[in-house]
Amino acid sequence: MVIIVNGETKEVEDSIAVADLIISLGLKPERLAVEVNRAIIRRAAWSSALLAEGDRVEIVNFVGGGEIVMPQL
Amino acid sequence: MSDTFVIAGRRFKSRLILGTGKYATNDLMVKALEASGTDMVTVAVRRVNLEDRSKESFLDHIDTRKYHLLPNTAGCYTAEDAIRTAMLAREALGTEWIKLEVIGDERTLFPDNDGLLQATRHLVREGFIVLPYFNDDLIVARRLIDAGAAAVMPLAAPIGSGLGIQNFTNLRILRELVTEVPLIVDAGVGTASDATLAMELGVDGILMNTGVAGARDAVAMAEAMNYAVRAGRLAYLAGRIEKKLYATASSPTAGMIE
Repeated sequence: MVIIVNGETKEVEDSIAVADLIISLGLKPERLAVEVNRAIIRRAAWSSALLAEGDRVEIVNFVGGGEIVMPQL
Repeated sequence: MSDTFVIAGRRFKSRLILGTGKYATNDLMVKALEASGTDMVTVAVRRVNLEDRSKESFLDHIDTRKYHLLPNTAGCYTAEDAIRTAMLAREALGTEWIKLEVIGDERTLFPDNDGLLQATRHLVREGFIVLPYFNDDLIVARRLIDAGAAAVMPLAAPIGSGLGIQNFTNLRILRELVTEVPLIVDAGVGTASDATLAMELGVDGILMNTGVAGARDAVAMAEAMNYAVRAGRLAYLAGRIEKKLYATASSPTAGMIE
């Protein structure tokens, strides 16, 4: 199935769990936050939260920043 | 002299808060943080870069035992975006602290006071410790405090401009009348004397980024800011002499040879 991750189209296996998506993207899970269709998925629910066709996923972490403005989330 | 800097019950050694953006390298940033003496640094929430994993480990460069992390909502133009960013930061870091920015104009980066107030109220209700960046305006400061802000952070000049304090009168009025929460100058500091002047006015702390990160030698400027903030604070506590038009001799006039 196809989902949108950080604005990019990704082909993933059907009903993939958020936890498995993070692994498949090769991301370190520490200090990440995940939104699916604008709702935050708490870390404890990553294994049980299953994604569906067309879901919009945002995965964020931190970059250097202070009194500066960077591109929109 | 006991002189502590406390925000929302948390004590800080340094009155200088540093941003972590715009450094040429992470190594330079680490050295600048060290030289500045700060114990609170701001970080920004952004999409994970799915192609370039080198950016993924930014927080690994910051020793979180030494530095309290203050995530920000930089780049947010609506209360809704700022709230969403704050929620993501809390989820990712497990911190309630948020430096709240709701920007109203791209060219000046001046804050949108309506959006800022709305987001402050919402986030305080959600249990956040909110440190809002706002215009140097007393009425907005009072509304932010009423909304539950843990500190108020007026700009000295536009973000990244390095112009130094543009409106001493507003800042002095804020200093006299804002007593409920810490008053922190956020943005506009260009060099050490700007920081000292702000501290001499009695503000409780200063947040800066570009003034340090953009200096030719960021580590040296960080050290200069360390001294500048402390010097200004000490001078404020020491109490300056009155300004007078004419000279006053400092050597005794008695016992002069004749």
